[in-house]
Amino acid sequence: MEVLDIIKPENQVFCKTKLMTDCALSYCPGCGHGTAHNLTMEVIDEMGIVEDTIGVAPVGCSVLAYDFMNIDMTQAAHGRAPALATAISRLWPDKYVFTYQGDGDLAAIGTAETIHACNRGENIVIIFINNGIYGMTGGQMAPTTLEGMKSSTSPYGRDIKTMGAPLKITELVAQLPGTYYVTRQSVHTHKNVRKAKKAIRMAFENIKLKKGLSFVEIVSNCNSGWKMTPNDANNWMEENMFPYFPLGDIKVDGKLK
Amino acid sequence: MAKVQGAIKVNNEVCKGCQVCMPVCLENVIEMSKAVNRKGYHFAYMAKPEACTGCTNCAIVCPDRAISVYRVKVSD
Repeated sequence: MEVLDIIKPENQVFCKTKLMTDCALSYCPGCGHGTAHNLTMEVIDEMGIVEDTIGVAPVGCSVLAYDFMNIDMTQAAHGRAPALATAISRLWPDKYVFTYQGDGDLAAIGTAETIHACNRGENIVIIFINNGIYGMTGGQMAPTTLEGMKSSTSPYGRDIKTMGAPLKITELVAQLPGTYYVTRQSVHTHKNVRKAKKAIRMAFENIKLKKGLSFVEIVSNCNSGWKMTPNDANNWMEENMFPYFPLGDIKVDGKLK
Repeated sequence: MAKVQGAIKVNNEVCKGCQVCMPVCLENVIEMSKAVNRKGYHFAYMAKPEACTGCTNCAIVCPDRAISVYRVKVSD
C-alpha cells in the first residue's frame, strides 16, 4: 500500500491535541517540557474537563505555558503558583486547578509555598518538572542538581560539603499528611510517556474525590543546560538522575509505598 | 493474515530535529533529512515507509507533536 493511500483522515490514530495552540513551542529541541505540556492537555481533553480547568504557569522555561495551552490560565510570581492555586481552588471548589512548575520555581524560591500547600492538602494538582538545573537563566545550579554535576555556578561540580545535597522534594512532600498521590515519572521514552500520562490522569481524577493534593514529578532533560544532544542527555539522565531520583509511585491513596 | 501498515506525517516546519523519535522506533523507520526547514533544523522523515507499523511511539515522545500517525489493516 502506498504511503499516500494510508495518510487519510479516516486512518489517523494520533495527532496533536486541539488544546495545544499553534504557537511554536519556545523550548529547545528535545526538551521534555513539550511532551509534559502535551500530556497534560491530552489528559484534560480526554476527561472532557476543559471548561472547568484552570492552570497556573510558573516562572522559568515554562513561563509562557499560557501561550501554548489553550485553556484558562494565569501566571504566578516566582514560586508562588501553589499559593495562587490554593486561592483559585478555594474560590471555585468545583474547578480542576493545576500548577506546572520547574525545579528552580518549586524547590528553591517556592519551597515554603509548596510545602505548606501540600501540608494543608489543597485540592489541586502540582506538575513538577525536575531537570536538575536552572534552564532558562543559563544553567545555574538548582537545589536538585546532582553531586559532582557541573553547572555555570558550580563549575567544578556540586560539592556536598559547601552546597548541600540534592533536594528530594518529592519524597519530602510525600511525608506530609495533606498529599494524597505522589509519584515520579519521566517522558523520555514511549513506555515512560504512557506511564506519565496515566499518572497525570490519576492526579486529575483525584481532584474529583477531593481527598488532597496530587503531586506528579517528571524527571526531564535539559540538553542545553547539560551541554549534550537530546539523546545523549536522555541516556545521561537514565544513568545519573534515575539512581538518585528513582521513578515510580511514592504515595498512593494517601499511603506511603 | 491480517497485518497492519502504518505511516507518519511529519510537520516539517514544526520539527526541531531533536532525534528523540529515532531510538524509540522499533523498526528504525525514521531518519533525519539532509534538507533543512525554515528554522534550519534537519527534520525527520520516513526512510523505510514499508516497515512502519503505526505504533505511535515516535509521536508520543515528540515534544513538539510534529508527527501524526496513520494506520490501516491490510490482508495479504
